[in-house]
Amino acid sequence: MDDLLSEFLTETVESLDVVDVELVKFEKDPNNQDILGNIFRLVHTIKGTCGFLGLPRLEALAHAGETLMGKYRDGAPVTTEGVTIILKSLDAIKDILAELAESEVEPKGNDDVLIEQLHTLSEGKTLAEANEVVASAPSKVEAAAAPISDGERDDSSAIKIVERELKPGEVTLDDLEAAFNSAPGPDDEVEAAPEPEVAAAPEPTPAPKVAEEGNAKRDKALQPQSIRVNVDTLEQLMTMVSELVLTRNQLLEILRRQDDNEFKVPLQRLSNVTAELQEGVMKTRMQPIGNAWQKLPRIIRDLSNDLDKKIDLEMIGAETELDRQVLEMIKDPLTHMVRNSADHGLETTAERIKAGKSEVGKVKLSAYHEGGHIIIEISDDGRGLNTAKIKEKILKNELVTEDELSQMTENQIHKFVFAAGFSTADVVTSVSGRGVGMDVVRTNIELIGGNVDLVSIAGKGSTFKIKIPLTLAIVSALIVGIDNHRYAIPQLAVVELVRAHGDSEHRIEKINNSRVLRLRNKLLPLVRLSDILDVEAPAPVEQKDEDGNVIPIDDSLDENGFIVVIQVGPQTFGIVVDKVYDTEEIVVKPKSSLLRNIDMFSGNTILGDGSVIMIIDPNGMANQISNDVGGDSSEEDAAEQLKKDKYSNQTTSLLLFKAGTDEPKAVPLSLVTRLEEINVADIEPSAGRDLVQYRGQLMPLLYMEGHHEMKESGRQPVLVFSDDDRSMGLVVDEILDIIDTNLNIEINVPQPGVLGSALIRGQATEIMDVGYYLPQAFDDWFERREQGDSFRQKRLLLVDDSSFFRNMLSPVLSAAGYDVVTAVDPIEALKLLRDDPDQFDIVVSDIEMPNMDGFEFAETLNKDDKLKQLPIVALSSHISPGAIERGREVGFYDYVAKFDREGLVTALKETLETEGEAA
Amino acid sequence: MIDETSNNGSEEYITVVIAGQLFGLPILEVQDVFMPETITSVPLAAYEIEGVLNLRGRIVTAINMRRRLGVTESVDSQEIMAVGIEYKEESYGLIIDDVGEVLKLDMKNFEANPSNLDPKWAAVSAGVFRLEKELLVVLDVVKVLDIIQSQAA
Repeated sequence: MDDLLSEFLTETVESLDVVDVELVKFEKDPNNQDILGNIFRLVHTIKGTCGFLGLPRLEALAHAGETLMGKYRDGAPVTTEGVTIILKSLDAIKDILAELAESEVEPKGNDDVLIEQLHTLSEGKTLAEANEVVASAPSKVEAAAAPISDGERDDSSAIKIVERELKPGEVTLDDLEAAFNSAPGPDDEVEAAPEPEVAAAPEPTPAPKVAEEGNAKRDKALQPQSIRVNVDTLEQLMTMVSELVLTRNQLLEILRRQDDNEFKVPLQRLSNVTAELQEGVMKTRMQPIGNAWQKLPRIIRDLSNDLDKKIDLEMIGAETELDRQVLEMIKDPLTHMVRNSADHGLETTAERIKAGKSEVGKVKLSAYHEGGHIIIEISDDGRGLNTAKIKEKILKNELVTEDELSQMTENQIHKFVFAAGFSTADVVTSVSGRGVGMDVVRTNIELIGGNVDLVSIAGKGSTFKIKIPLTLAIVSALIVGIDNHRYAIPQLAVVELVRAHGDSEHRIEKINNSRVLRLRNKLLPLVRLSDILDVEAPAPVEQKDEDGNVIPIDDSLDENGFIVVIQVGPQTFGIVVDKVYDTEEIVVKPKSSLLRNIDMFSGNTILGDGSVIMIIDPNGMANQISNDVGGDSSEEDAAEQLKKDKYSNQTTSLLLFKAGTDEPKAVPLSLVTRLEEINVADIEPSAGRDLVQYRGQLMPLLYMEGHHEMKESGRQPVLVFSDDDRSMGLVVDEILDIIDTNLNIEINVPQPGVLGSALIRGQATEIMDVGYYLPQAFDDWFERREQGDSFRQKRLLLVDDSSFFRNMLSPVLSAAGYDVVTAVDPIEALKLLRDDPDQFDIVVSDIEMPNMDGFEFAETLNKDDKLKQLPIVALSSHISPGAIERGREVGFYDYVAKFDREGLVTALKETLETEGEAA
Repeated sequence: MIDETSNNGSEEYITVVIAGQLFGLPILEVQDVFMPETITSVPLAAYEIEGVLNLRGRIVTAINMRRRLGVTESVDSQEIMAVGIEYKEESYGLIIDDVGEVLKLDMKNFEANPSNLDPKWAAVSAGVFRLEKELLVVLDVVKVLDIIQSQAA
């Protein structure tokens, strides 16, 4: 049966029962406006719904009843006669409903008599007065159904009014049923009996025979097929079942450890029953996704009018069921996306004709199950995303630099529509284009553990693909382990499992410390779970050969393990784990608010053996991975990374130049003091090197490695590096540009004077190591400081997660006379410090770092008795008074901006001096 | 919490020992005292968080009070004790060294934190009771749980 119809039937029958009771109350207390109002409202609703569903007979009857009640409500005197007629018409409605439930169509026949009576009463007459008018009616009714015999009616009329008033509905049904069971004849009911005064009138029986039979049927058909249950009750039931599942799992776990046990069989049975119960309860929460689509045809119709487009909405798979909770969450995003497709996606009719497409635009919505989750696709055959416009917007919103943009694939660029504040619509219409939208959509979808992806082909249209779990409460998860720690990975995200072994075809290979796996002719970026979670991986166990000799630990053995291939949106990567245990149905429990800041976990759960394990959030992991594997992954989700990743989002100004070779070279602009052009004629060779007069001093000139052609005459560009009172000039061929870019330096160039290479504007660019050239200019550039401040060179620990800054600052600090040791994060730093607390004199730490930030690091140092004395200077790209204040609170001696090279050197000097005095 | 009952003149505390110091927790705030069996450590969590554990079907977040107070962690990790508390419908376990008796303390012996108290301690302490032989530091449960806040501010 049509869902709508069955819902209507259930609801109306419920309402009618209420009306029955209320009417009787009302008859006793005709002045009670509350009761009347309630009845009126119920009947009105019934009328309204009937009209909506196209049930004219019901509507007419309900309408007439409503009119009469309207009169009562307006103050007309309430008569028993009137109430009786209303009750009769309600019975008639019930009969029709019963028929409707049976055949799904409104039964034929008419209720003119009843309606007329209702009208008569509405007009303020009694039925007796209207007798003459109605006189012709009986024949009509007889045509429809046989009348009830007078005798019986008289019998029933003898029954006291009081009795009838007490419980009209029940009496009717009971009597009817009894009558139906005993004899097939038209045995009359109490209800059909008119009031004494009515009986006097030759009034036709309103309940025709057909309807009576219907009445009997109604008892069966309208025995509620569905009941309304409070959502909370269902939720609670679900929680209880979840607990039951957990307990079942625990029992099974115990059983697994014991071979023969008399509990085995009953436990199996319990297990099955639990599974069925779980399924059953889940079903109560399941609703067809079509429920979330109901409004869409209307929205599309209105849009079609507003935008003057012809739009055809196709919906496939509306019966696909999913959890009510998920459904609620997905409703708004879906509406938004469909609206977007119709508004932005589809061209105007004129444009479509011009493009040679059919003038009717198509928006297709489809839903289907796929391996434990639901896929919803929203596609249109419109113009596709406007890549140029998105690019423009990206730059305008400064989401990435132009340089980075030029390296992105079209698909990556398209994903920026999911970034916050992004709308490519030219005009903000009432429909869409307010710039809050797709990011909210994405957030909502991710909130329920789903993900969204999009494919767009210019001129052909776009398709959004949403993948969401069936339910949130119980998920199937893969239990994996590192060392002895277990973690759950939701199956939703797991594509496959690969066993990696040094000798097998699936071998983990390394490209400059990045692990990859060859999988079906593609490279899959890998990360070790122990690395991302920052836990110790187990040391490789010593292996012994047959003679008992220890086999030297092969590095490749370290690369054994299982690879869990994870897919999040378009991003695919592998997680290397030591062990894979099992898949288990787990009940997701929210993580404690103290752990809420860890993106890597979505919650926790209790396993069968009673232990608690963390559930890994594939989305959080994907974000982390895109940082870790960075540019290595061609499928890296750029938008994702840029939005979520606050750590690598720092752009650096680089000075691009050419010197020696044709390849561009770069140096951080912050290191360069000035750009000068010197007159070639001013260069004075002296003792095997070139000098030039610069600001009243002689400045040595240096040349980059490689062949170098000096200009014969004219002006030569020079980069001037100064430190205190000394300067050196680096002669270059040409200054190319200054760019801001998110620098991903790859430190694999074993070449003096070069820190490494980075991709800048799609071209490999050498990043110059200034620290290499400084001592060439002045042999004592590094040494001279040592004599100044102290006899011993100060040892400095530099903590920064960005390899770029580590590499940039190390030479600077070395140049300032420090012996620099670097650490990638506070954890590593703490390890170094705790190993030998006395080896360092000062610590310089970044503030924004993953895992542990600078503040926490400083606090930890302060807590440690041995490290308390160690001065620590903060380094940050964000300097706010609040941050500085906080820095002082946690024990930072000073707070320096990241690019303030001189400030840092001064701060270090001052800090050490103060420290020296204090000691 | 102390103010409310100060009229009665006395308040009951469960005493616990952390790093040799006597602490008191208002008895009404303590759900139970238990011995955690297996604690699952949570990678990337705040330093003070020991991990999560299963206490009769509930997931409890365990807080290492020694770390919270910034004192060295005990080397001999024999049997550990925890005080179970409930805050905002979540369960926490404060891991402590030992649990003592329940004391009924007279509010006239109560006073605010001495000004020279270590900031780490002052941050979690509601005040101090002068007992006959030693001092008892009253732990403010809400402040103890304020781990994320005090880090990320």
